[in-house]
Amino acid sequence: MILNGLFEKEFKAINIGLVSFKEALDDAEYKCIQVDWSPPAGGDADALAALNALAGL
Amino acid sequence: MAVKGIIKTGEYYDSVSLMLVARALTEMEGVEDATVVMGTAENKQILEASDMLLDMFKDASDTDLLIVGKAVDEAKADEVIERAEELLIESKQKKSASGEHMPKSIEGALDQEPDATVLIISVAGRYAGDVAMDGLKKGLHVMLFSDNISIEKEKELKEYGREKGLLVMGPDCGTAIINGAPLCFANVVKRGNIGLVAASGTGLQEVSCIIGNEGAGISQAIGTGGRDVKSDIGGIMFIEGIKALEADEATDVIVLVSKPPAADVLAKVADVVKDLKKPVVAILIGGDPEVMTAAGANAAQDLEQAGLIAVALSRGESPDGVPASLEARKVEIIKQAEEEAAKMKDGQKYLRGLFSGGTLCDETQLMFKVDIGPVYSPAPIDPAFKLDDIWKSKENTVVDLGEDEFTVGRPHPMIDFLLRKKRIVEEAKDPETAVILLDVVLGYGSNMEPAAELSPAIKEAKEIAAEAGRHLAIVCSITGTYKDPQNRKKVEQELKDAGAIVLPTNAAASLLTVEIIKILGGK
Repeated sequence: MILNGLFEKEFKAINIGLVSFKEALDDAEYKCIQVDWSPPAGGDADALAALNALAGL
Repeated sequence: MAVKGIIKTGEYYDSVSLMLVARALTEMEGVEDATVVMGTAENKQILEASDMLLDMFKDASDTDLLIVGKAVDEAKADEVIERAEELLIESKQKKSASGEHMPKSIEGALDQEPDATVLIISVAGRYAGDVAMDGLKKGLHVMLFSDNISIEKEKELKEYGREKGLLVMGPDCGTAIINGAPLCFANVVKRGNIGLVAASGTGLQEVSCIIGNEGAGISQAIGTGGRDVKSDIGGIMFIEGIKALEADEATDVIVLVSKPPAADVLAKVADVVKDLKKPVVAILIGGDPEVMTAAGANAAQDLEQAGLIAVALSRGESPDGVPASLEARKVEIIKQAEEEAAKMKDGQKYLRGLFSGGTLCDETQLMFKVDIGPVYSPAPIDPAFKLDDIWKSKENTVVDLGEDEFTVGRPHPMIDFLLRKKRIVEEAKDPETAVILLDVVLGYGSNMEPAAELSPAIKEAKEIAAEAGRHLAIVCSITGTYKDPQNRKKVEQELKDAGAIVLPTNAAASLLTVEIIKILGGK
């Protein structure tokens, strides 16, 4: 199966960031879910690194 | 002059929303400058450089929102802050206007839509790499619009993606079309049997629009981000994309678009191409076409030719007729160049190209290099032609206003035309300017009213030249389709009404410019 069947499956997206990218997909009638994202660990770089280490990322 | 500001703690907005708010504030009467940014170290530096880093901002963190206005008096500065808060509320309301539930994480989104296939990421680069890996680990293909991601992280993501059969488009991937869906800055092109793999955003847009405007269609257009074809990444996703299109039943022709790949990557790509059963068209801007020709591909000279050859092949026709049709149009363009050059005053002899698309800027540079010679640019093909001051043109000059040095603290020039409009007027004042060349990129993500933005500047530039007894040619190309939300036909007409010469592609617009400058002797 090519790319896990990406080309055969119905296109459905998740958008993290600029809302205009979701709006474009809405306008073109494709399904897209917007994530209400904010920086992890309140944007603190050290705390983020520690969290990532814990999460195994 | 009064400078006032406030901090709003724990409020997060994306950078484009904030830039649009700041832009609206700077357009208020009596306001000299205004900024609305998250309190990151980089943003604080930008504020300091413009004398707007208030003492209260110094300890602000990444999640603090800083609002600052510089205005004629205190009352006006207060008004800026007030207006900013109103605009931010409007922006939040817009975000949730659809009434859809917005999950806080990828897991939440997958609970809501377990069949999601693609994750689109446009958050700040320092977070985007981890978000992408999180998505890949959950089995999602990734479209990574964000830039400022390390090359090591890119490699890690792409190696993981390749192992799991997942696409990693980007970082810094501006556009793609998957199963007909336009991702980020993409144009509306009907579905068809031509598949694209591109390590160049505007290159992909230009070729897909040419294909669409010729009545043909796109099966898939896979972006990889420009760094994919450098040695460090080794063309991982470029090659995976080619293999996927070769295996895809809906794809009959494969088009490869890229700035010159590293020699070792080019050799790897050629090695894959030579074993393909489907016809391949390759446009490697500034690269050696011989390697691709030897691998059995149809090597095109420019983006337009690549699109036209692909269309011919997609219809089962020979691509041999394409050069002849372009030659016939060249005769017309040369005639038009003669007419334009004849109207110009002695001393007018140079090109000033003001671009929003990097690949289009490169394509123009290359056409000038072949026919006239190298041109000055902040990113020249010939290093000896590097512009000393990026804000000031010299002889023949082209600038890509989408380069990082021009976009600090402001949206991309496909969204915000302010910088380009100012520069158009500046270039018109130079008695040596003969042609101002502009690209107008349509599609999702781009400014919805490009002609309304550019027309006043085009008219002003032509008036400035006319008052000094000069005839200034303003040549525009349009990258877009007739189905794009901006309406290509309307944009064309409005630009013509403003006094611009409009040509269908960047290759055609650059050819007209080259021919005018050749006649005027502007080497």
